[in-house]
Amino acid sequence: MNLNKLTLKKAIDLIDKKEISLKEVYSDILEMVNKKNKEFNIYLTLNKDAENDAEKQKDRPLRGLPIAVKDNFLTVGLSTTASSKLLDDFMPPYESTVTKRLKEAGGVVIGKTNMDAWAHGSSTETSDFGPTKNPRNPDYLPGGSSGGSAAAIAADMTIAAIGSETAGSIRQPAAWCGVVGLKPTYGRTSRYGVVAMGSSLDSPGPITKTVEDSAIILNQIAGSDENDGTTSPLPVIDYTKNLKNGVKGMKIGICYIDHPKIRGTPVAKAIIEAGKFFERSGAKVDLLQTTPNLENGKVLSHEHAIGVYTVVQRSEVSSNLSRYDGIRYGKDRSNFGHEAKNRLMLGTFTLSKGYADKYYVLAQKIRSLYLKNFQDLFNKYDLLISSPSPTFALPAGSLGDDPMFGELQDLLVEPSALAGICGISVPMFRDEKTNLYLGLNIMGNYFQEEKILQAAYTFEQGTKWNSWTK
Amino acid sequence: MNNYKTIIGMEIHVQLKTKSGMFCGCKNDPDVKEPNIHTCPVCLGLPGGLPVANKKAIEWTIKLGLALGCKINRFSKFDRKHYFYPDLAKGYQISQYDIPFCYEGKIETSYGPVGITRVHLEEDTGKLIHDTVNGKKVSLIDFNRSGTPLVEIVTEPEIYSSVQAKEYAKKLRQIIRYLDISNCDMEKGGMRLEANISLAVIPAEAGIQDKTLKLPNYKVELKNINSFRFLERGIEYEIKRQRDLLETRITPDQETRGYNSEKNITYTQRSKESAEDYRYFPDPDLPPIRFDDKWFGDIKSLVPEFLDEVFGRWEKDYKVDRKITELLFETAEESKKLDEIFSNLAKQKLDVNKFVNAVANKKLMIDLFVNNVDEVINTYKKSVTVDEITNEDLKKIIIKVIGANPKATADLKAGKTQSINFLVGQVMKEAKKKIEFKRLESLITSML
Repeated sequence: MNLNKLTLKKAIDLIDKKEISLKEVYSDILEMVNKKNKEFNIYLTLNKDAENDAEKQKDRPLRGLPIAVKDNFLTVGLSTTASSKLLDDFMPPYESTVTKRLKEAGGVVIGKTNMDAWAHGSSTETSDFGPTKNPRNPDYLPGGSSGGSAAAIAADMTIAAIGSETAGSIRQPAAWCGVVGLKPTYGRTSRYGVVAMGSSLDSPGPITKTVEDSAIILNQIAGSDENDGTTSPLPVIDYTKNLKNGVKGMKIGICYIDHPKIRGTPVAKAIIEAGKFFERSGAKVDLLQTTPNLENGKVLSHEHAIGVYTVVQRSEVSSNLSRYDGIRYGKDRSNFGHEAKNRLMLGTFTLSKGYADKYYVLAQKIRSLYLKNFQDLFNKYDLLISSPSPTFALPAGSLGDDPMFGELQDLLVEPSALAGICGISVPMFRDEKTNLYLGLNIMGNYFQEEKILQAAYTFEQGTKWNSWTK
Repeated sequence: MNNYKTIIGMEIHVQLKTKSGMFCGCKNDPDVKEPNIHTCPVCLGLPGGLPVANKKAIEWTIKLGLALGCKINRFSKFDRKHYFYPDLAKGYQISQYDIPFCYEGKIETSYGPVGITRVHLEEDTGKLIHDTVNGKKVSLIDFNRSGTPLVEIVTEPEIYSSVQAKEYAKKLRQIIRYLDISNCDMEKGGMRLEANISLAVIPAEAGIQDKTLKLPNYKVELKNINSFRFLERGIEYEIKRQRDLLETRITPDQETRGYNSEKNITYTQRSKESAEDYRYFPDPDLPPIRFDDKWFGDIKSLVPEFLDEVFGRWEKDYKVDRKITELLFETAEESKKLDEIFSNLAKQKLDVNKFVNAVANKKLMIDLFVNNVDEVINTYKKSVTVDEITNEDLKKIIIKVIGANPKATADLKAGKTQSINFLVGQVMKEAKKKIEFKRLESLITSML
């Protein structure tokens, strides 16, 4: 058996039964890395001490098992670049809260994964260190910005992984790579020590093989952090506890599939199938109408969200990147890539005197409408379902020169990202010809991670799409 | 010839003496010698660093606002202010833009009230040091100061002279020290003064007190003044400089100027012709601040009696002069101790005014704030009590002293009245007793 293919849950069980050793797990994983990393370009940095570190962690919850971490999390001893040349020799003097908690729980950072530079993108093609390939089909993109972490899972180059999402950056690559990606509620996981992108949106979260693995990782990384004032003081529950409780009696709303660009596509068909599955499982499922104006019981069109999201995120990016001023980090600003420069320019413009009211302030007002819309919907529904992406993975090179590529990719998740609610993507279809996947995005209200995990688990166990559980 | 009216608005920055930084746990120590030791990922602006607001600094700012009679924004927030400077680690300073914690207060001066526009809280920047190392000119950055809590107090353009500006600034320092939230150490940058100065031209027919006068279309910012004297002199210099320009029909440039204390002149630092664009927006890393009734009540209860009221009460109850009592103490806690001492003195029918003078003239050598009230009063009583001695005994001593000091005696006879002081002293020394000056003076005079 190839132990690199183990899920986190299974690996923990087998180690506890002493049927396998950590040494064997690492050996199989490193073999896969040696074989495929050059081709897929998943890891930017590998932790040479991983196996040694692991032995000391055997008695902790994560048993010393390897975890791949997106390269925007600061990790002491491993360079952290955010896939930008500007930081290509930056050695962090401190540890991000998320990786610190993983390490304390016995996780071992096996390596740092490729991403869109500064997390600007949805393809991992904007990385200054070259694009990552989709392990399901190397002619296609893995999605992004957490493309490296999703690909590491799909290629069985790790047992579990960590990504971060601003709008779609966990769920879209998870969908395209046929893996599970959880974007927690904003403030459920700490942003401390994560290279900031859109500070009012960024949410670190697990990318894993199964829903149960996602819950296991979330158990370790969630919770308030004295170093991040935007984390919630709500206590962390055991997210694995009620996984198997099913969806009986839940009310689920299907979103966005009446939109002309989605209607009739494979994505829409798969979502409808998912809806039918939940109905068979005992949930009440409604097809929701999309509306351009705020209306009770209807879904506010995702189309306004593109503009709002673009303005808010670019404004925050232009501010967050101003610390890379050419004085520190040994690299000047010519090291910013094309995409970062685009965003800096646009964000600087939208915050400028005379324009801030027209763009930034207006965007925040519309943002509050999305918050209202979701609160209205969650008064009636336990969960909303959709897809993180309107399409299958696109062929490598699709990014081209389109400055709005990412926004068009993420349009179905932008409203939920702006509202800060949680969502999880699980495989919901596989195309036999291309071996490419679609993802089902299950969204819940603030801090309803337990509920979305429960529904995702039900779906995963009741369908054949997860390549590790079938 | 035209008349001119000086119009001044002030911006004063004060470092709060909290234990830790504004947005991080680093030690707040203005006396630290070694550079860059009180630093962390947050105040160095490292990737991934996040600010967490210092609750105490927020409470102290509200406390100051309340002590200045300000209204308080019960909902407030922090904003990012963007500009490029090497000592600004993040490329932006966390400050407050459109919703400062406090607004619309005032400070009374002997020339009239000065309106406080706003009091807001922000973080201090690092410090640039220009030095020569191994024969090479270098600029060094010390980030120890980066992230020190800084309050900014902004006035209306309602200060009309250099002396009023000085009085305002001194009074503000007195109030801040009274609240015990900052040392206001000017030499170490704990209190930094800025004055915006311009002259309004008054047409010959209008009076200087005309309230409808329009503000001039320029202003000169006099920055980084670290003493009240330099503030007064710098403003005086500016008034003269600007008047000379206006007399020749030149409008002074809108600019920032510094003050050179050695030459007693102001000099151009940078032009401010174009409006700055700081691209303010709410800091998404810091949740907005809401003061609920409980929290606001708790802060309110920390605010001591207004300083002006304390002095007013003492003047009324004990007939003591503010100019003297204000030399005796700094903090509210100390003023409470004085209150206790004063009321005990009054109960014992002792003259509070005499006590205050004795302390101010350093005739009472006891620390008022270390010792308990009884000890203070007993020591005072001892110092003013007169020893018993009969006139007969005194006269014997006086004869002896006069005999021993013929020159002083002759001088006194010739009208040199200050000789009496010497003779009185000699008598007391000889008698080894404390005797009323007036009694001795008249006795000696009558015996000559």
